[in-house]
Amino acid sequence: MRRVAVTGLGVICSAGANRQAFLDALRNGRSGISPFCCEDCQELRFRNGGQVKSFDPHSFMTPKEADMIDRFAQFGVAAAHEAIQQSGIEWTDELRESAAIVTGSCVGGQNAEDQGFREVYKLGRPRVHPMTIPKTMANAGASAISLAFGITGPAFTISTACASSAHAIGQAFQMVRNGEADCAITGGSEAPFSYGILKAWEAMRVVSPTECRPFSKDRNGMLLGEGAAMLVLEPLDAALARGAQPIAEIVGFGMSADAHHITQPSAEGAAKAIARALKSGELNPEQIGYVNAHGTGTTVNDSTETRALHLAFGEHARSLAVSSTKAMHGHTLGAAGAIEAAAGILALQHQFLPPTINFTERDPECDLDYVPNTARDASFEYAISNSFAFGGLNAVLALRRWQ
Amino acid sequence: MPTDTTADDLTERVLRIIAETQRKERSAVTIDSSFEELGIDSMDGVNIVFALENEFNINVPDEEVKNIRSVRDMVEGVRRLVAS
Repeated sequence: MRRVAVTGLGVICSAGANRQAFLDALRNGRSGISPFCCEDCQELRFRNGGQVKSFDPHSFMTPKEADMIDRFAQFGVAAAHEAIQQSGIEWTDELRESAAIVTGSCVGGQNAEDQGFREVYKLGRPRVHPMTIPKTMANAGASAISLAFGITGPAFTISTACASSAHAIGQAFQMVRNGEADCAITGGSEAPFSYGILKAWEAMRVVSPTECRPFSKDRNGMLLGEGAAMLVLEPLDAALARGAQPIAEIVGFGMSADAHHITQPSAEGAAKAIARALKSGELNPEQIGYVNAHGTGTTVNDSTETRALHLAFGEHARSLAVSSTKAMHGHTLGAAGAIEAAAGILALQHQFLPPTINFTERDPECDLDYVPNTARDASFEYAISNSFAFGGLNAVLALRRWQ
Repeated sequence: MPTDTTADDLTERVLRIIAETQRKERSAVTIDSSFEELGIDSMDGVNIVFALENEFNINVPDEEVKNIRSVRDMVEGVRRLVAS
């Protein structure tokens, strides 16, 4: 098995429009949450979210190319550009043929779908835009990246709700580790700020009317977010041989299904995925210094995740630093696994612990160190990133500092 | 708001909605049934509230939903919202 290096990272979310801005936000606990804008959304029971306010797709593609894809796929292409630029890969015909693309998306092109359905249902028009189907498909991000860079290797999209891009990165990691791909562009993107999908979230009664306060006693729900993160993965030896500068390693990946409930999480299922990620990376629990938690800010997730960490880490749970960066960028659904893996990678690279902002009060059911409100410098070699999806499907990535 | 909604009428409609949503016989649901007896978890509760909102043309705030612990809470909550 080959060691797998992350040689490039691209991020776009409300907390940071690129990798450096995201790093600054994580270090300073700066939130990207604000009142969101979307058509017809005035009477929703929540008004805040992690919406990307200044995104110009034309910085990354021609106007014609931008017209062919939904906002979520545009985010994916933008993040892929930044990641590939950092990696310094030079595209050869051979590399284009062997590179893999594995992306995650939960809800696909909701802006396009919503607009199409609004035309027929609300406005009573007789036709919808002919690009509605290809803009809506969840694999549009992977397809747009393949088109943008001429990549013709294995390419596909995984949709496992809020774990989509963690499963995608895990799959790409395994392909590079096993020798099935010599390079992978992987991550996820999402853009859920359209009326229909927001009404559906409102109906679940899990979205906070105020702000997201993960692990805090007075937490009252999640906030939605949008954006993307993409990673370039390469075999470590090959990356070093071409003179690349790895920014981290991916060393393990664990998955599990709860078989418990369609929406309620299970501590046992989550703990199983964590344990499998550690086993996959041949790690002892004591080696992990930081956990980027799923930490949605709902009552049930945060206490259940805490129990899962106790189950998976035993006594070491008390020594772990655990934080949820969702308070800063919102729950980006199918992009969450990738954006939060990016947070873990930047934390390892720069040796600090991103904070859980908006933390006001300890909850007896959440009794770990959540790095409340302020980032801390720390020395640690390994981190994990947790993603636990509705439907009970869990994915955990194990990351290592590169030095 | 309908003005002919008597107390018993309202109770009966709430119990019927709960039974239908939970796919149970109407007779299995009484005002004293506990959520545990009826197998109602938090997602079921949200689904029942949705059906009640449609049945009675009311809006139940998120905060109220969090405080519902029993069938009786549902009946009384609906009665309060219908009256207001």
